[in-house]
Amino acid sequence: MAANTKFELKLGLATREAFGQALVELGRENPDVVAVDADLSKSTFTHLFAKEFPERFFSCGIAEANMVGVAAGLAAAGKIPFAASFASFAVNKGFEQMRVLVAYPNENVKIVGTHAGISIGEDGPSQMAVEDISLACSLPGFVVLSPADEVCMKAMVRAAAAHRGPVYIRAGRPKVPVVYPAGKTFEIGRAEWLREGKDLAILATGLMVSQALLAADELEAEGISAAVVDFCTIKPLDRETIRRAASMGAIVVAEEHLVDGGLGVRVAQAVAEILPCPMEFIGIRETYAESATPEQLLDKYGLLARDICTAARRVLTRK
Amino acid sequence: MKRTSDVAALEAICKQTRRRIIEMTGAAKSGHPGGSLSAVEIVVTLFYDVMNHDPANPHWPDRDRFILSKGHAAPVLYAVMASCGYCPEDQLNTLRKLGSPYQGHPDRRFLPALEASTGSLGQGLSLALGMGAAARLNGASWRTYVVLGDGECQEGQIWEAAMFGAYHKIDNVCAIVDYNKIQLDGFIKDVMELEPFAEKWRAFGWHVIELDGHQIPALQKAFAEAAATKGRPTVIIAHTVKGKGVSFMENNPKFHGVAPTPAEVELALKELQ
Repeated sequence: MAANTKFELKLGLATREAFGQALVELGRENPDVVAVDADLSKSTFTHLFAKEFPERFFSCGIAEANMVGVAAGLAAAGKIPFAASFASFAVNKGFEQMRVLVAYPNENVKIVGTHAGISIGEDGPSQMAVEDISLACSLPGFVVLSPADEVCMKAMVRAAAAHRGPVYIRAGRPKVPVVYPAGKTFEIGRAEWLREGKDLAILATGLMVSQALLAADELEAEGISAAVVDFCTIKPLDRETIRRAASMGAIVVAEEHLVDGGLGVRVAQAVAEILPCPMEFIGIRETYAESATPEQLLDKYGLLARDICTAARRVLTRK
Repeated sequence: MKRTSDVAALEAICKQTRRRIIEMTGAAKSGHPGGSLSAVEIVVTLFYDVMNHDPANPHWPDRDRFILSKGHAAPVLYAVMASCGYCPEDQLNTLRKLGSPYQGHPDRRFLPALEASTGSLGQGLSLALGMGAAARLNGASWRTYVVLGDGECQEGQIWEAAMFGAYHKIDNVCAIVDYNKIQLDGFIKDVMELEPFAEKWRAFGWHVIELDGHQIPALQKAFAEAAATKGRPTVIIAHTVKGKGVSFMENNPKFHGVAPTPAEVELALKELQ
């Protein structure tokens, strides 16, 4: 993306739908790709795969622990399983299985958690994963991906299948703005520097990437020059890009996740090791959200461009 | 290794395996002798008679798979794998020591011939069924055997997996429950009763075989019956005696997770002459 082009909100697919489409394409190319799901295939969009490859789709019923275990067994026997459910169930209920059956033996399992964050809206906190990044990142050897739009998601599903080892992919429920041009290439472990800036860097992931781009436009109007970086890979962390961001002297990190244990603290750890600078963090703080429209929730819990702008002004006073 | 169906020969291997379990846990001064001793005939019959496998080629794609879901019984698996030639027999007494291939619970990183790293109870059946599903997709004829503890069947994941196995008709998987009636805190019936156990598995759609888990001919017959059973997985409920073969360990909850002292090792080895 060219520097300082004004970001236009143009809604594309939900990342969960992009995942489902990409999985079908992958399935056509690679007969070893299989899918397991726990009664949410219409929501995770694995039903597209199930329809085309019924013999390679395993319905587990509402049983996420077994779902992850079966995926590990399939992987141990040479398959490339994608195990999908809501992030709050796949990761929280399947966590121990992700630890002992996937991470510990370094099994080639791809866990896909959809409906992550509070932007799922009306269903409320029991369905909202706000700790999945933290949990997945705590597992040695896991790659953790959090694509911002359909273009990135489709590329990352492919990259996850090509990567030998455990991967967690975070996906969202609502349709999200398109950030990338079609055909853009991505690499696991590489952050995407979306917009140049001089005064500070805004590092964002998932849904917050488009908000960060909107925030940068707002800040520019008041004379603040903000760079924007998409951390579509959260683990392994792109430390070279963090060095570049830290060299600007101020960083804001934005994520749709608890600020405890998410992208922000991981970046802060790297900044502390590489080149300390003032930082501010946008995320959910020490609470669970509630039922409302996604827009109302992002507003109430401080996950809009407006909130990123406030954090940017604050961090600059500490520079 | 020399495969055999001869019951007397298998019994002799079982006795030798029991001696190793006593020596290993005695040397380690910790570990789980009781539930290792109860599973000896099950593991020996599988490795020496039933399973298609090749210790010289542990990753042969068409091998049968074995998962010790009750990972705390690692000593019985290590003793049998070592005598088959998968791993060094002369290092068995390094059990639980730094750098040993014989970790406290089976760990594939230290012993690559293992099919699975286990130790967190309740998980092995799901893994086995995933392997079975993959074998069926590939049109392969290998089978998967998974040994479960009885206490382990208190885990909810076992019953999630039981539903999955029957629903998807994964008939190339055979589970064996080492039903020795004792868990860490005491007798199963005093901690969390499993009965009616066979009826539970039947209700979940499995082919159930109940037998005396120390009778090798019964085990041989049951494994053949499991292989011939199509359209549903088989569970063998093997009634066993915890600590089997050592008088003061038999049916004694103490020896679930306590190693024998040097004096007890001496006594036990005398009994296992």
